[in-house]
Amino acid sequence: MSASSLSICDLHASIGGKPILRGLTLDIPKGEIHAIMGKNGAGKSTLAKIIAGHPDYTVTSGDVLLDGESILGLEPDVRARLGLFLAFQYPMEIPGVTIANFIRAALQARLPQGEELEATEYYAKLYAKMDALSVPRNFTSRSVNEGFSGGEKKRCEILQMAMLEPSYAVLDETDSGLDIDALKIVSAGVNALRGPNIGMLVITHYQRLLDYIVPDKVHVMSEGRIIHSGDKDLALKLEADGYDWVEKQFGESGSKAA
Amino acid sequence: MSTETKPEIDIDRSVGDFRYEMDYAYDAGVGLTEATIDYISDVKGDPDWVRTFRKEGYRKFLEKPMPTNWATKDLENIVFENIRYYLAQGQQPKRSWDEVPDDIKKTFERLGIPEQERKFLAGVEAQFDSEAAYSNIKAAVGEQGVIFVGSTEGLKEYPEIFKKWFGKVIPSGDNKFSALNSAVFSGGSFIYVPPGVKVKHPLQAYFRINAQNFGQFERTLIIADEGAEVMYMEGCTAPKFETSTLHSAVVELVAMKGAKIQYITVQNWSSNVFNLVTKRGLAHEDAEIKWIDCNIGSRLTMKYPGVVMKGKGARGEVVSIALAGDGQHQDTGAKMIHAADNTTSNIVSKSISLGSGRATYRGMVHVPKHLKGCKNNTECDALLINTHSRTDTYPAISVRGQGNAVQHEASVSQISAEQIFYMQQRGLSEGAAMSLAVNGFVNDLVQQFPMEYSVELKRLIDLEMEGSVG
Repeated sequence: MSASSLSICDLHASIGGKPILRGLTLDIPKGEIHAIMGKNGAGKSTLAKIIAGHPDYTVTSGDVLLDGESILGLEPDVRARLGLFLAFQYPMEIPGVTIANFIRAALQARLPQGEELEATEYYAKLYAKMDALSVPRNFTSRSVNEGFSGGEKKRCEILQMAMLEPSYAVLDETDSGLDIDALKIVSAGVNALRGPNIGMLVITHYQRLLDYIVPDKVHVMSEGRIIHSGDKDLALKLEADGYDWVEKQFGESGSKAA
Repeated sequence: MSTETKPEIDIDRSVGDFRYEMDYAYDAGVGLTEATIDYISDVKGDPDWVRTFRKEGYRKFLEKPMPTNWATKDLENIVFENIRYYLAQGQQPKRSWDEVPDDIKKTFERLGIPEQERKFLAGVEAQFDSEAAYSNIKAAVGEQGVIFVGSTEGLKEYPEIFKKWFGKVIPSGDNKFSALNSAVFSGGSFIYVPPGVKVKHPLQAYFRINAQNFGQFERTLIIADEGAEVMYMEGCTAPKFETSTLHSAVVELVAMKGAKIQYITVQNWSSNVFNLVTKRGLAHEDAEIKWIDCNIGSRLTMKYPGVVMKGKGARGEVVSIALAGDGQHQDTGAKMIHAADNTTSNIVSKSISLGSGRATYRGMVHVPKHLKGCKNNTECDALLINTHSRTDTYPAISVRGQGNAVQHEASVSQISAEQIFYMQQRGLSEGAAMSLAVNGFVNDLVQQFPMEYSVELKRLIDLEMEGSVG
């Protein structure tokens, strides 16, 4: 575990008394991209929400460290301002709030009290990032996610990520609902942000996304834990052979049988 | 209808919540009798017809019951015997801020009125308790023949125009509070815009209550002659007192053939004010009257701006935003009376209820049987912030006859926990997230306000939201 990482240590969490995470451990150093794969219901999206501090979930034991400091006691907005970003699987609509104003408010929230965001610089940066993500300029005046197609929503998430420049980003099923062209654009956007100053956790159900966002490590999640880890070839093997073999070999039921 | 007594609330309304000690040269004392009315008439030097009008109003006020058969029982908490009905330092408004007494001037300076006047207004009237302390119109506007004075000056100096319309759009017996206003009215604006004159910049009035146990009863009459156009804006504040304060205005608008009047209110009363206001406009042929009404603050607001479309092709519009904070009740709406063919009305109302706040919408649309080609569109949307917030809608639509079209849409929504989480994940605090969502909800309406007012409105909403999340 390094001081420059997003570390999840033996995390147990539940919702309404029902355990969801059961001793999950994962370390994502800055500069790396890790992928989590797993069947539906493995708890992948729950993990993303718990890292971000969703109030519905209770952490019963374990810890989440951001650069060595626990963030579990912090409100979601404090975690965000510390550099954590979550690209939502289902981004929320905020009627009447334009994308430009939303991102501006988010950036403004990161400035010290009394300091104003410089509007000209802000728009210059926003337009540059939009162009890079092939987001049309008229997007800025549309309400956040309202009436967006699936692809537009996901591009809008990546645009926000590009503008907020987080040190750690969790991408929750960013590929869901995307056709191949949109997938390429979104992946190119993510790859453009890749570098030594950001650690990313990519949650996906399908290997397809990992053709474009090539991970440093691939983890398999089952029943609230990481049961197996490997390099990018593991994703290909999962795609070809499914999850059963890995669950049998490394999963709870599998280990018991062995 | 709720009958509970309202809890004392304390929301940061720092801008208006201050008060300087005052000595009043004129004070009608506490309570209302015929002697109070004579005192007011004597001090103001009313012509006889006005004194008679006041006495008649007083009689109707006594006759009329409180409208608690349909409105909130909270009205019964108004103690008319404890109210002071007239307080003034003098009757003559000053034409220059330099002449306004220092103790009054510093109040308006703190509220930013002289600065706004320099920046973007064509004229300003600043009322302090019962009388205007300052009233002035830009020379260029005055030279076009535009009259912008207080109601007292209006009825004395321009009786031929004033008398023709005063009390005609809203008869004194329209309701208990219009009757009360008719009895004790003081202050407010009289505006006349001659035919064809389009006043480019807004005229503004600012109503300030400074005294405790006080009732402010301004009376405004605006007449836009044929083809004339004018925009009038009013702002209101009061400091927060232990006891309740009454604000009961009557506003009458007359738009002659082809004229346009826009009347914009941004009210930010403190939480002890009963705000019971009657506002109505009369639109002649092809004329247009638009009320843009923003109600923030007060303990109870009851206000239903209306337009009587008397001439063919007349248009009426009410755009209203109401924010009911904890313990507050905003009972607002609109009245559209179609009285000629091819008249069109539009009502857009958005309300936000916070904490135990309650927003009520009452809309009346009336199209009689003999008319043709009338249209009404009504949209009313309510946003509830907390689970114990409340909203009610009472539409009363009576449309008869062929070829008249009415459309009514209503919605109630809530800001979801998932929306707040999403915004918090981007770094916004819970309060900032709420504020942003509320501002988003009213955004399309706020854009109809002049820029200076929309900025103020956004700021007021932010302040109100700050107090609402723990």
